[in-house]
Amino acid sequence: MIRLTTPISEDQIRQLKVGDEVLLNGRVVLSRDMGHKYMKEQKPEWLKPLLENMVIYHCGPVVKKHEDGHYSFVAAGPTTSIREEPYQAEVIETYKVRGVIGKGGMGKKTSEGLQKTGAVYLHATGGAGSLLAERCKRVVDVKMLEEFGSPEAFWIIEVEDFPLVVTMDSHGGSLHEIVLQQSQERAKALMG
Amino acid sequence: MSECVIPTLTTLDVVQSKSVLPPGYKADLANLKALDLTLPMTELLRRTTSRLPQDVIDALVKGRDAEEEGSRAFNTLNDMVRNIILADGHVTPLCQDTGSIIVWVRHPYGLSQRTAKQQIRAAVVEATKRSWLRPNCVESLSGKNTGTNMDPFHEHHPAIHFEEWDKPEVEISVMQKGGGCENVGAQYRLPDAAIGAGRDIKGVRKCVIDAVVKAQGQGCAPGILGVAIGGDRVTGYEKSKELIMRKLGTPNPDPKMDAFEKEITQDLNTLGIGPMGYGGNTTVLGVMVEEMYRHPASFYVSISYMCWSSRRGTLTFKTNGEVSFD
Repeated sequence: MIRLTTPISEDQIRQLKVGDEVLLNGRVVLSRDMGHKYMKEQKPEWLKPLLENMVIYHCGPVVKKHEDGHYSFVAAGPTTSIREEPYQAEVIETYKVRGVIGKGGMGKKTSEGLQKTGAVYLHATGGAGSLLAERCKRVVDVKMLEEFGSPEAFWIIEVEDFPLVVTMDSHGGSLHEIVLQQSQERAKALMG
Repeated sequence: MSECVIPTLTTLDVVQSKSVLPPGYKADLANLKALDLTLPMTELLRRTTSRLPQDVIDALVKGRDAEEEGSRAFNTLNDMVRNIILADGHVTPLCQDTGSIIVWVRHPYGLSQRTAKQQIRAAVVEATKRSWLRPNCVESLSGKNTGTNMDPFHEHHPAIHFEEWDKPEVEISVMQKGGGCENVGAQYRLPDAAIGAGRDIKGVRKCVIDAVVKAQGQGCAPGILGVAIGGDRVTGYEKSKELIMRKLGTPNPDPKMDAFEKEITQDLNTLGIGPMGYGGNTTVLGVMVEEMYRHPASFYVSISYMCWSSRRGTLTFKTNGEVSFD
């Protein structure tokens, strides 16, 4: 088990390999479909200090607003990452992002982006909304809440021992690619 | 980390004590016009969002125990069991994607569908306010979230289906269908040259295998499949969703289809996709198939993929006025 705390250096990231289990600590920025489209098309400057050497989490949480105005997460597992495939590599490069958390893995374009910039794809267990919300310790801030709505907003949070597996590394390795190829071969045999 | 987590849920007494229904709640089915579905429906949503059906838990545990102890597949299924225990204990959503809300109402003559719809909508609004549901209804082009889970045209979300039946009871079923698994559903038109599928059961089998390989882990495997053979583009998909309401482990009433379900389930679990697509022996928890009628020119195979967190539930207003949840 490898413990990592954000911000993370390129050197630290380059040491990670597919299959490594990671416990992540520190700040993480949530972003999904609307956020990625916005980052690619508008490249907002204000996000740069929030994302440099940091980690993006593909997640649309269920959020509770308390009476005193502060927020907490009640369910916060990963959403399917492949929808961000058209945007991810460029976002990683523009903002020098070191890690992307999601589920289901991503494609070739993202893999090339990970290699070029020095970043990894970190897989979290999909559907484990309650389990993972417990590791989201604090909501620090939220941006674009009005514009995007709660599931799509940039939530900035602090996580503690957030359990992840490296499934795509910065050297071109991808567990998803391996499982895909093996299952396609098996399917061929089954379909005769 | 790799010990077998035992899925012990809270007792029914505890579930009852957290109910939004007042103690001793009874409905008067003799007066259907005065029946208010709002509170019972809110309670149904509280349960479906936080408490997974026992047959699904049993299937996940069975899958885990068939994986090598300490493997990533084993640990992932173990984490799913941990999550099930937490969500039930805290009454929090099992998954942050609380899904699209699909409702089926079966009722005797005399119930106003218009009123029932308003009450079910009110229950969904309330469950959203209580953070049991995430606001999942956005305007398509602008992406603007209505914040309440209501679409302003009162048509499509929540999706409510009504059926009048001969029984005196009123029954409401709900499914919370996540977006990730909805995205990996597929509809095939046979013959399909790309996968070599003809208009027979062998062709149907190829469609199912192809859809599961394409889905990989993206629908949150291990999934549960509803497969409708025939119908049209709408009724086929509709049926494929309804099929997911069936309990895992219950036989298909059609013996031929039952045999097909068992065989295809075994085959799919040799694909090696595994929980979340990490690799492993548990790719699907079950497959439910039904043959429909079709137009002679059309042969559709419609496949709905439900994630492992198969949130479904049914409430029944019994003739003695009691409400039961299943």
